[in-house]
Amino acid sequence: MPLEASVFYLLAALTIGSALIVALSHNLVYSAFALLGTFMGVAGLYALLAADFVAVIQVMLYIGGILVLILFAVMLTHRIADVDVSNRTVGRIPAALILGVVGTVMGVCIGTAGWVQHAEPMVEPTTFGIGEAFLGPYILPFELASVVLLVALIGAVVVSRKELRGPTADG
Amino acid sequence: MQSFIDGLIASGVFGGLPAEAIYPAIMFLFASLVVFGFVLPIVTVTIWLERRVWARIQSRVGPNRVGPQGVLQGLADGVKNILKEDVVPDAADRPLFVFAPYLLVWGFLATFVVIPFSSALVIADLNVGLLYIVAIVALSAVGVLMAGWASNNKWSLLGGIRSAAQVVSYEIPAGLALLPVVLLTGTLSTQGIIQAQGWAPWDWFLFHSPFTFIAAFAFYISALAETNRTPFDIPEAESELVAGFATEYSGFRFALFFLAEWGSLYVTGAIMAVLFLGGWQIPTGWTNNAVVLNIAQLTVFFLKAYFWVFLAMWIRATLPRIRVDQMMSLCWKYLVPLGFVNLVGTAVWMVIWPEGNPFVPYLMVFGTLALLVIFFRRVLYHLRRAKPELYFNPAI
Repeated sequence: MPLEASVFYLLAALTIGSALIVALSHNLVYSAFALLGTFMGVAGLYALLAADFVAVIQVMLYIGGILVLILFAVMLTHRIADVDVSNRTVGRIPAALILGVVGTVMGVCIGTAGWVQHAEPMVEPTTFGIGEAFLGPYILPFELASVVLLVALIGAVVVSRKELRGPTADG
Repeated sequence: MQSFIDGLIASGVFGGLPAEAIYPAIMFLFASLVVFGFVLPIVTVTIWLERRVWARIQSRVGPNRVGPQGVLQGLADGVKNILKEDVVPDAADRPLFVFAPYLLVWGFLATFVVIPFSSALVIADLNVGLLYIVAIVALSAVGVLMAGWASNNKWSLLGGIRSAAQVVSYEIPAGLALLPVVLLTGTLSTQGIIQAQGWAPWDWFLFHSPFTFIAAFAFYISALAETNRTPFDIPEAESELVAGFATEYSGFRFALFFLAEWGSLYVTGAIMAVLFLGGWQIPTGWTNNAVVLNIAQLTVFFLKAYFWVFLAMWIRATLPRIRVDQMMSLCWKYLVPLGFVNLVGTAVWMVIWPEGNPFVPYLMVFGTLALLVIFFRRVLYHLRRAKPELYFNPAI
């Protein structure tokens, strides 16, 4: 087995193993922490595919941002470790249906996609290319995405802000 | 390195073992060599320096018994901590409690991968090195949250949440303060950033323009907050939270927390040296010996890094801790807008003077030097008037 393949299988095992913990663990805190393994595994897969920029951004946004946010929500919830919620006992039939449909679609896509294989491993940096593409051919979607993010930011401020009406108790 | 190992495999030193097994084994071997031979000495020396500097500022002596001037104190502390009992509280969440310190140490050790100690001494000159440093800090935040929650203790949980809030908030001004340097160099590689600077102070990015000067200190403040240093050490505020997220830890795991804390202090200094002080740049042409050159570069790099480490110790010994709301308003109301001003200001500066202003760097260097001279004259004046015993006998 070539080195790349063994690294790939290790990373895939890490990703899928911790994703299983996320989905199946009875303890929500374990689920949240297992996401770390999933995100790290995906970042490793990106790095293996020579997508260095995307790998680092994956770590920065998903672990530094989203995972920490989820952990906040989990930890500020009272007695969360005692909540016996299991997604194994609720809605088995809908879950099987959704899984079947999504699995079939993905299987068909993987089977029919025209995979381009490079003869030799690519190790060239991707940051320049991504920057050029964003400010060149894809500038409209890029700017639209930034507007969407701005709207989301302002929306979050509006939702979380406490409305003060009239004089408050402490003046 | 890889070709050397390939040669060893070809000559049959490993006796027909598969190459896939040899590569990881050698990688582990070198990683542990780097950790034990390089990172541990750096951290123990930093801890010793902190205690000595701190003691001096408070007119005490500090640890001076183990080894010359007490420099081996870290070794003694390490042995003591390893010999202690490893206590896991009954009510703690055992797997997470046991795992959390490793995550924290992992987060700071991973940054050593891209720090260039000299022109040849860098583990991997990643093309996204700077971004990698910013991203990998997040692992420490997760580790702190894990430690805080798993301890099953109100102080720990509060400390963990405070620390994570701090790290996540200050990531933004830190990232914004890096951007002027990225604009100027057009690269995220740490070696590339150093090569874009020169050995002389006026070639450093610190003095490139007023904007980069402000950006350097904005980054330094944010980095202090990200590593939970005073005045931002509210996650382990002794008067409020005992020891914060480390309250329930003892023995070796407690030592790991401190390894990570002082290790990241050194990493902060190193990143400041790389970004704003020209890293390992020294005057060239006086030697052709690669080993001598690299040792000189290593020395220069360490001096620059330890300047910022010393500044952090100085701040810790003289400033009080700030409140949580003050810390958050400093981040969001002052540092973040300042970061945007720096970013746009640097861009405008680059449009007006694409090669850099020929006059401003010299002005800034000499202005800073003049400030330093005035400062040291004041300090000397007070020292002469105070006549403290310790300063006349610095090697007690």
